[in-house]
Amino acid sequence: MAINRDLLGRAYPAPEPYEVTRGKIREFAEAVGDANPLYSDPATARDEGHPDVVAPPTFPIVLGMAGAGRAVTDPELGLDFSMVVHGEQRFRYSRPVRAGDLLDSVTRITDIRSLAGNELVTLESEITDTDGAHVVTAVNMLVVRGAAEDGSGSDGAAKAKEGAA
Amino acid sequence: MTAAIRYDEVETGTELGERTFPVRRVDLVRYAGASGDFNPIHWNDRTAKAVGLPGVIAHGMFTMAEAARLVTDWVGDPGAIVEYGTRFSNPVVVPDDDEGAEITVSGTVKEKRGDNQVVVALTVRSGGTRVLARPTVVVRLA
Repeated sequence: MAINRDLLGRAYPAPEPYEVTRGKIREFAEAVGDANPLYSDPATARDEGHPDVVAPPTFPIVLGMAGAGRAVTDPELGLDFSMVVHGEQRFRYSRPVRAGDLLDSVTRITDIRSLAGNELVTLESEITDTDGAHVVTAVNMLVVRGAAEDGSGSDGAAKAKEGAA
Repeated sequence: MTAAIRYDEVETGTELGERTFPVRRVDLVRYAGASGDFNPIHWNDRTAKAVGLPGVIAHGMFTMAEAARLVTDWVGDPGAIVEYGTRFSNPVVVPDDDEGAEITVSGTVKEKRGDNQVVVALTVRSGGTRVLARPTVVVRLA
């Protein structure tokens, strides 16, 4: 099923601020096997000039499950999540996410296009603190495999190349 | 935020070395729980094969997290990272055995910018294949 182009530009604010805790940062750092003490030891983090432990660079993807998750599950979008692979991901940081943060996010659908039989959907999440100061922008391109209706060039090799994770 | 590496000590072409990180099924299960990404292609062979994948594949974000460690361990302070981005070009297939797969990461300083920032180009492979396309980290040095 093709993705509904009418939703281009639609914004999905997270329903409530995301509260970043030391425990969640530690859990995430352990899950990626990273023992950097700035993720787990507040004293070490403070020695480096941070008010509390900081989160690994890819941690903001956790917030995406609240914000971007609402976009991908929007029934009007018509996205079959079982056919989704991750095509591209970028983060631009004003500062690291850290324990004690209360973070707002707004996710927008910024691009929808077809390529080699797949549909490519780009989501951009602006993550700010409760004062409205920018913390990080996360740009997430999803590949919906085999979803384009024109079918041009939709051979398996092209599908496999476009998104892979 | 204090990076342990000084901007003046780094040149275009400076190598960050190479690291290898294991990825087994249990790592994907743990990452699914920590990240909230429970897409079954990352833990269920039946689902992965039904959608045309060779088998269970690692979360792209898991691979991206491992690749970042080359840079965060180099500078010491993860807060020094300004930008990080990649495309996911090939899957990391994780077999259902005790060894799993490996992700090998190397990096080189490609460019020095103003404001003490450098651009690091990473190379990320699994099983000899590049799994990330143009993974790039911009980091602010001391």
